[in-house]
Amino acid sequence: MRSWEEVADMLAVEVSHIAKSFADKVAVDNLSFSVAQGEMFGLIGPNGAGKTTTIRMMMDILKPDSGEVTILGEKLNEATKNRLGYLPEERGLYKKLKVLDSIVYLASLKCVDRHSATEKANELLNQTGMLASKNKKIEELSRGMGQIIQFIVTIIHDPQLLILDEPFAGLDPVNTELLKGMLADLRNQGKAVILSTHQMNQVEELCDRILMINNGQDVLYGDLSEIKARYRGNSVLLDFKGELGEVPGVTGRRTHKGYTELMLDGKTTPQQVLAHLLSRGTVINRFEVATPSLNEIFLKEVGKKS
Amino acid sequence: MNKTLLIFRHEFQHMIKRKAFIIMTLIVPVLALIGIGVFQLISTGEPPVVETTTIGYVDEAGGFDQYTTQGYIELVRFDTPSDATAALINGDVSEYFVIPSDYLSTGVINRYTLKRQLETPSAIATVIKNFLTSNMLADKVPPETVYRIEAPLDLVTTRLTETGEVATEQGGYGNVIIPAIFGLLLALSLQASSMYLVEGLGDEKESRLIEVLLSSVSPRQLLTGKVLGLGAAGLVQVVVWLASLPLLLNLASSTIGGFFSTIQLPANFLVLGIVYFILGYLLFAALSAGVGAISPSAREGQPLAMIYTLLVFVPLWFASLLFVFPNSPIWTVLTIFPLTAPIAVMLRLGVTGIAAWELATSLAVMVLSIVGALLLSVKAFRVYLLMYGKRPSWGEIIQSLRSG
Repeated sequence: MRSWEEVADMLAVEVSHIAKSFADKVAVDNLSFSVAQGEMFGLIGPNGAGKTTTIRMMMDILKPDSGEVTILGEKLNEATKNRLGYLPEERGLYKKLKVLDSIVYLASLKCVDRHSATEKANELLNQTGMLASKNKKIEELSRGMGQIIQFIVTIIHDPQLLILDEPFAGLDPVNTELLKGMLADLRNQGKAVILSTHQMNQVEELCDRILMINNGQDVLYGDLSEIKARYRGNSVLLDFKGELGEVPGVTGRRTHKGYTELMLDGKTTPQQVLAHLLSRGTVINRFEVATPSLNEIFLKEVGKKS
Repeated sequence: MNKTLLIFRHEFQHMIKRKAFIIMTLIVPVLALIGIGVFQLISTGEPPVVETTTIGYVDEAGGFDQYTTQGYIELVRFDTPSDATAALINGDVSEYFVIPSDYLSTGVINRYTLKRQLETPSAIATVIKNFLTSNMLADKVPPETVYRIEAPLDLVTTRLTETGEVATEQGGYGNVIIPAIFGLLLALSLQASSMYLVEGLGDEKESRLIEVLLSSVSPRQLLTGKVLGLGAAGLVQVVVWLASLPLLLNLASSTIGGFFSTIQLPANFLVLGIVYFILGYLLFAALSAGVGAISPSAREGQPLAMIYTLLVFVPLWFASLLFVFPNSPIWTVLTIFPLTAPIAVMLRLGVTGIAAWELATSLAVMVLSIVGALLLSVKAFRVYLLMYGKRPSWGEIIQSLRSG
């Protein structure tokens, strides 16, 4: 048994140099990354990039051709499986089974006893506004409701690590917000969360670090804000009142709806431009260093490689 | 609780709550009860009135004028064939026959009727035969002898044991009927549950629930739990059937009697019935798990499952041959081949019994097949788990089982 400190220091996931080929193609090629406890980690990439194959190797559903996966400090085994929550990409439950029975059965496979599973299920159903449906059969639920039930199944055993494959696909905005809130809570409780998705805006909003893959290969890996800083262009976004006139160091300007983008020459920093504008007494409503969205970085990187 | 046990319990509960399973389990006692009830309703009513039939005859040979009442058939003599034809057309007689003058030398009897028939009804032929015999022997031998000539034997066979005592099992059709019905039900039940397992696994694959399950349990736990769950459900079914049998038989032989009172359960039948039922269930479940493993969906798995579930019926196809050639070596083969063994053993128990070495070999082969099928299924499951939408070729299967 590990001490609490050891558990807290331990990486939730450590993947080193895994590779997997299928008959006709290389799905994952020498991929390495790690996820810490209490971290929300984004696994992103276009469709067919190898995200799901990577997850399946982490889950020991597929065996990697080479490389190693460590989950919560050890190779995946029955005990670690109980501390792991997995939401696969496409969702389904036993259609004929009732909601509460489905949750309790799948929780029992994670070694949660019947009594606590029922109690926790009621609590989560209440939290998601689905308590009224607990005695309905799964087949009577809408797609989105079914997904919420499956999310409850994923977290009912209070897992230390959550692996979610496209968790927001097919959810309406209300349920998307609900899910995001629950994920943020889980992260704040110190759980590690891995989000695999091609929806960049969700990752941008939720994740601390990311791994971007394309064609099974590592494209970008690291802290999200650092990556964004790295891709920051040499321009500022400005919303102001009145006339702007000539600004030293600005080589061009582009007018957008509600703001103007100023292109800077190589020697001028955004701080110098701001200082200049303030000294002139220009009324500024918004001044922002232009940072590309993850989507733009993604398109740029994927475009570059292909 | 052990995870295999959890899956076992879930599958068992799921199975016994299915409508098809409940119907299959209850149909035996319910149908039998209905049968007995219907018989009682009919038999307690007025006994059916047997109408007397009148048959005409023309005696050209002479001397055929006694014994004109044969059971419920009355024989009326006509002088000429044309008189008889007129009576036939009038509806006074239902048919007539002519005894030609040269009857003694030729044996020919000409029969005339308005009905189209495949052949002379045996009751009529017997009546005519007895009428002729009685008249020819009248006054020559005593009446008892005439009667004995008409019905010369009532064969009563008794089977003795090797020590010369009367055997408890006397054989005959009364002995076959229960094992045969049981064999048919077993075959149907095996087929239904195999299909169910393939369907269940296919659904879990299609809905990707399988990935959720495997994030909690291993493929071995999952398949073993499923196979055992199905086996236990089978056991419930067979216990219901077998428990209802003695009751129903008592009821049937006391109310209906006749053939039903001759029905016997062969010795060992209860024990072997249960053993083969369970083994059969386990074997077919293990095979179905394998088919479920290599099939991407229920729709594609079921035709494959059809192939081996049809084999289970083979002994029933040849059942009539068993009655004629009970000692053919083909029965030894069917008894030992694991897919046909459960039904072949049931049928043979009723007809001739089975040599101890054959039973021992059959049981050993079945147990080995179950273990082997389960191991292969787990392996195939692991290899083909995620091949959604694509079924591997046989070459690929064999190759991957070797390397996997």
